[in-house]
Amino acid sequence: MRPKLQILDDHVVSKVIDEGFQLLLDPGVRVHNQDALGLLAEAGAEVDFDSQIARIPEWIARQALESAPGEFHLYDLNGSPAVRYGGDTVQFDPGSAAISVLDSHSQRQRPPITADFVRFVKLVEMLPQLDAQSTAMICADVVEEIGDLYRLYLALNYMRKPIVTGAFRKDTWWTMKEMLVAVAGGEEALAEKPIAVFDVCPSPPLLWSDLTCQNMIDCARVGIPSELVSMPLAGATAPVTLAAAVVQHTAECLSGVTICQLARSGAPIVWGGSPAVFDMRHGTTPMGAVGTWMIDCAYVQVGKSLGLPTHAYLGMSDSKIVDAQAGLESSGGTIMAALAGVNMVSGAGMLDFESCQSFEKLVIDAEIIGMARRLIQGIEVRDDPIALTLIRTLGHRADYLAMPHTVEWFQREFYIPSSVVDRGSLDAWEKAGATSALDRARARGAELLDQYEPRPVSDKLAAELRKIATHAARDFGMDELPPLPEG
Amino acid sequence: MSTELLLQIRECVVKGDQAAALLLVQQALESGLEPMQIIDEGLTPAMNVVGDKFSCGEYFIPHLVMAARAMQSAMKVIEPELKKRHQAFEGAGTAVIGTVHGDIHEIGKSLVGVMLSANGFEVHDLGVNVPVEAFVAKVQETGAGLVGLSSLLTTTMVVQRKVIQALEGAGLRDRVKVMVGGAPVKQGWADEIGADGYAEDATSAVELAKRLAGKG
Repeated sequence: MRPKLQILDDHVVSKVIDEGFQLLLDPGVRVHNQDALGLLAEAGAEVDFDSQIARIPEWIARQALESAPGEFHLYDLNGSPAVRYGGDTVQFDPGSAAISVLDSHSQRQRPPITADFVRFVKLVEMLPQLDAQSTAMICADVVEEIGDLYRLYLALNYMRKPIVTGAFRKDTWWTMKEMLVAVAGGEEALAEKPIAVFDVCPSPPLLWSDLTCQNMIDCARVGIPSELVSMPLAGATAPVTLAAAVVQHTAECLSGVTICQLARSGAPIVWGGSPAVFDMRHGTTPMGAVGTWMIDCAYVQVGKSLGLPTHAYLGMSDSKIVDAQAGLESSGGTIMAALAGVNMVSGAGMLDFESCQSFEKLVIDAEIIGMARRLIQGIEVRDDPIALTLIRTLGHRADYLAMPHTVEWFQREFYIPSSVVDRGSLDAWEKAGATSALDRARARGAELLDQYEPRPVSDKLAAELRKIATHAARDFGMDELPPLPEG
Repeated sequence: MSTELLLQIRECVVKGDQAAALLLVQQALESGLEPMQIIDEGLTPAMNVVGDKFSCGEYFIPHLVMAARAMQSAMKVIEPELKKRHQAFEGAGTAVIGTVHGDIHEIGKSLVGVMLSANGFEVHDLGVNVPVEAFVAKVQETGAGLVGLSSLLTTTMVVQRKVIQALEGAGLRDRVKVMVGGAPVKQGWADEIGADGYAEDATSAVELAKRLAGKG
């Protein structure tokens, strides 16, 4: 039996959805995008073009829910399905868009540069616990205006796994699309076998900014999946009660699904988010708070009941270094995400709310993910009878190590961690240098990076990608991009 | 009687009871108490208590917000009375704050606004996605000595520089201090664009504002 977390009663889920629909009518949704307002008006919503408020009747949103696919795949760069959005499949990618990196040596934050992100992409490739890449850092060695597309450019040169990404502007989305098309070998090929999903973020409460709304519409029209990242901040930009924050999330996501499906019926879209409970002492947005995880799991349950694929930012920490707080917060969120059956869990490696990526934390988080995955495989009955034959065979002898049954099953029954987790004796630990988890994660990271095999990118594709990215950079006054690191 | 009333006003502000604070201040004015006395012996000590309670962990941000709102609504009744007497409340200073153009992140900026009001600043919060010219116009209108610019995106940080340049262009730069903040903003950026200071959170923004206003 697979263990599952149901955090809301079924009747509460129904009530949340009902109230979500009602919010679409009153007070309605603010939509700062002409294209979307036009689509909504045409579909029959009551649109005030001056105040940019759309009042969306339930039947329009219901139709959108009908046409949104309940399942789709992302493909790796060999063309094989690698990520399944749908059902209760649980997959993981690193937290995205960090504006700083925790330096491996000093363990202090600094702005990331090209070499950091490339190293990160390689590490993600090498960690089997991670199913997808993300555009995890914003490099500070290029002009800000291309911060979004440059990350994708770098990743596309080194990755095999699919990628979770996002655009910061309306125009740069087109450059990012052009690069994805180049890699996929055409627009149709990309739509047929998408290799990327774009995060699109409504602003709480109940607002679609021009930029993110346009990104979502453009994705839908081209057939690139998008992922809703609704982020009610309970007590600040959303009601303080957890259930009410989930209602706000529901309304924001319903409006997103509606606009997306009006742009193109059947476009793949994910019910996701990054909510938080507001920290009432510091005014921050803690991702490591149990209340945050509860809102996440609740809206995932709502999304599932509507038949949509799901996503959540979970498994992160608000700590500033890789310490006990980082471990405890990341474990809690990751395990809850796994139990809730979130299709894509974004967050590995992330510290300091959602602002800092750490190589070492990523390596440690991979172990947490390994354990969480094992947990949701559940306890299975492998033999019938379960134990009678096994125990009667040995009687009172404690000799199971020599039993073929043990060799047959132990690797499937147990999750066996890497050297990051210390399970040796005190003596052995002292002899090995009395290392901390951080030390061991640093060593394991280096080991994995040594084993990274470059993806064979043809000279033609490499040149085309560089041409596209450089062209965009020149539009913003940067003549040449930094050279790509070797390998 | 008047001492009793001032104590009650103090208590209401500390509790964040906006309606009661307003009523009691009206009563106090009607009973002939001087507006300046209501401020000095009612409102200011109340906000000091609130500040202390926040510092020691007893109060949280919502308490602070409620108390600041109670004080502000009391001040609305008091200010016309001050004007009649040709008096002015010498607060900590006047600040114009907002999230810069292209950026709609609200909460950090609003929090700074609340904390500044709670610490005696007169705050003009222009909201989010504020055009460069709106900052300049508001500084001109209010004679503010402090401008706070928030930006949560790497793509909108550059607008902070534009506001500073516009203040220079309008000949206002010498009389205002500019402070900048927001997740991607660091001290180095503040130095680069010629801001007078950077604060990483709302609490340090208050310290910075006091220092810049020469009251810290």
